[in-house]
Amino acid sequence: MQPLWQREDFWRKAAIFVTAGMAVVLILLTFDSMAKSSAGKGLVPAFAVINQQIDYRFDDARNMRVPVVEGEQLLFGKRLTEAEAEALVSHGKKTVQAKNCMDCHTLLGNGAYFAPDLTKAWLDPQWEGMETLTETDTREAAMAAFLEHPSHYATQDRVMPELKITPSEARAVVAFLKWMSAIDTNGFPANFDPHAEED
Amino acid sequence: MAAFDSSRLNGWQQLAIKYFFVAIVLFGAQVLFGMLAGLQYVKPDLLQQAVPFSITRIVHINAMVVWLLYGFLGSVYWLLEDESGVPVVGLKLGNLAFYLLTAAVVVVVVVYLFIQIGPGNDLTRWLITEGREYIEAPRWADIGIVVCALIFYYNVAATFMKGRFSGISGVLTLDLIALAGLYLAGMFYQVNISHDQYWWWWVIHLWVEATWEVLVGCILAWGLMTILGTRREIVTTWLYVEVVLMLGSGILGLGHHYFWIGMPDYWLKIGGFFSALEPIPLVAMVVHSVYDSGEHRLRNINHPAFAWFIAHTMGNFFGAGVWGFMQTLPQINLYTHGTQWTASHGHVAFWGAYVTIVVPMVYLALQKGRGNVWMGSGLVGAWRWKWALTLQALGTVGMAMCLLIAGYVQSFTERAVGGSTWEAYFHAQTQPWFTQAMHWRMVFGVIFSLGFLLLAWDLVAIGVGERRPAEALPPREEAAAAA
Ligand code: HEC
Ligand code: HEM
Ligand code: HEM
Ligand SMILES: [Fe+2]
Repeated sequence: MQPLWQREDFWRKAAIFVTAGMAVVLILLTFDSMAKSSAGKGLVPAFAVINQQIDYRFDDARNMRVPVVEGEQLLFGKRLTEAEAEALVSHGKKTVQAKNCMDCHTLLGNGAYFAPDLTKAWLDPQWEGMETLTETDTREAAMAAFLEHPSHYATQDRVMPELKITPSEARAVVAFLKWMSAIDTNGFPANFDPHAEED
Repeated sequence: MAAFDSSRLNGWQQLAIKYFFVAIVLFGAQVLFGMLAGLQYVKPDLLQQAVPFSITRIVHINAMVVWLLYGFLGSVYWLLEDESGVPVVGLKLGNLAFYLLTAAVVVVVVVYLFIQIGPGNDLTRWLITEGREYIEAPRWADIGIVVCALIFYYNVAATFMKGRFSGISGVLTLDLIALAGLYLAGMFYQVNISHDQYWWWWVIHLWVEATWEVLVGCILAWGLMTILGTRREIVTTWLYVEVVLMLGSGILGLGHHYFWIGMPDYWLKIGGFFSALEPIPLVAMVVHSVYDSGEHRLRNINHPAFAWFIAHTMGNFFGAGVWGFMQTLPQINLYTHGTQWTASHGHVAFWGAYVTIVVPMVYLALQKGRGNVWMGSGLVGAWRWKWALTLQALGTVGMAMCLLIAGYVQSFTERAVGGSTWEAYFHAQTQPWFTQAMHWRMVFGVIFSLGFLLLAWDLVAIGVGERRPAEALPPREEAAAAA
């Protein structure tokens, strides 16, 4: 009789039990994760968060930066219900997919590495300067202007190409980016400071 | 004498050869578009508006996924009859699936290149692109792929049911269900980007770090039996051990992608812990192959295939095991996530683990197709396969080193110090160490491309004009007794 660890049938059974066991644990964790990351249920904000002001600040207890939602700050001057906000963010998300943004940029750190990470794009300190460049007077208007004609406002040799983004798509994408910037990402990106001084 | 003669092959083997042919053509497309994408880093105005980086990159990585899958399909068709001991069931359907799939691939690529993008509505996702990395293929193509996968699955399962159901075929059959089933996880739209990415990783991670690894484990098991004459009990037992280790770590290792996407923080512990165990089966694989090779004193019937199999076990260990491990702990991944580190690992892992398993299967098929000819020592033109393998390995390692340096600059300058802002991103991208790395990547890309061209030439030429029959291995039982 061979020792256990040399026996084919022992390893066959082990393969079946280990695989099934791990799969069950993954499925249980999936239910829990889905619940905790549904919009408005904790880690991921409700869509109507786009009506509010978002910040990213250091939290001593968690020892990392976390999104902070406070006060009203309407997007394009409109207060939206949760359903309206969801429809707008969804239009933005569909535009992001239809233009292959993730094959140049990363979102939540996933995607391509040819252009900046967009997780906190809404909070990026550079938009202040971009308001001057795009001759607009709000952050959302500057972002929309940039998205509609990125090559007009290029800051780099590596230009973002024209992606035929319409004004309504641009506004929807801005809503999507604002909503995404309020997701609790366990401190990623580290050290991102929305109030960093500009050069 | 021994030009390719398909009458030497049965219907299945001919179908396998068709899959291999398209695979190698798409490998060429992958290399070409990889070079273009790499050039766009160095010369940003190259095709900036006509074929932007997003498109060159999509073609690059989609060609990769598709050609590797073609290589796997070809490999499975190739070994099916040998493994089951009966003729394969459903040849007509199998051929039909091949032509359908290939037509779909052509249409998808033409649309990527010439239509590229669409308005932000549902129709774009159905007809043009889904805009999700690796699985950008529009929904209509997803459905076509699923249909073809079902046909393939029918061929495999029905054949094993009729013939011998070995350990390898059992693992293979179950693994293929999981592989195809996981694709479904990538087929629905979600507004919530955290949920979107949660399921996207089920496809990507549970493919490359679970189901694909098990699939190549089956192919390797069969390959070692075929070219070395290793005993079946040994490879089967090893295969089970690998499944235990691979799925025992890889399924929950999925958590290393859930650190920063809006998921609960228990994933930092679970993902970090289990993914850190993922290299263990890859070490086991190296031990297994080296042990078997020593056991048979390196005596094998197909030198190029054998060398590529060895490259596979080493490449899988370094590319996936070592390069993956380097960035898998959350404390490190916080700074390396989504930088050129990731790309560095992606390149060595995909080449090391998957290119290197499809290529030897193609060599085994060509050996049979050219009349079961000699492919041992003294093979005419052996320099070609030797240089093809050497240049590709050198090109891959060289590119990975460049990307690692670039990634280091990014994780330090952009991520840790600059906090990943727009400005910090470009600050890192314009650092001399970064830009130099991008130039050197192209040098190694050229080396890799030469390796590809030599491989393509060798696949056309190897064994043509060879008259000696293939070396006969001692029967499998004898080999065992001798050991
Ligand atoms: C072909 C590659 C490419 C594609 C596709 C692309 N971008 Fe960009 N994007 C860039 C580059 C390059 C820059 C930097 C431009 C500059 O600084 O002038 C940029 C800059 C940006 C910025 C400002 C940077 C920041 O950190 O806030 C935003 C926002 C942005 N893109 C959003 C998008 C969205 C949304 C999409 C999809 C609808 C998209 N991009 C598609 C390449 C691309
Ligand atoms: C053959 C097997 C493997 C292949 C082909 C592979 C390939 C890849 C690819 C292509 C990516 C980038 C995905 C993207 O585009 O976002 C990636 C990411 C990653 N892989 Fe692997 N991988 C393999 C095995 C492993 C193993 C064994 C580990 C860990 C020990 C690992 C750890 C990681 C980590 C941590 C990331 C995320 C990087 C980031 O945060 O950006 N991989 N892998
Ligand atoms: C021939 C030379 C090659 C060049 C110049 C090249 C270049 C590139 C470039 C520029 C990218 C985009 C990375 C980014 O977003 O910044 C990329 C991505 C990728 N390439 Fe290649 N490539 C080559 C060969 C290969 C080969 C042979 C493989 C594997 C078999 C491969 C697999 C990948 C993968 C998996 C990605 C996605 C990585 C990620 O998202 O992390 N490439 N390549
Ligand atoms: Fe993974």
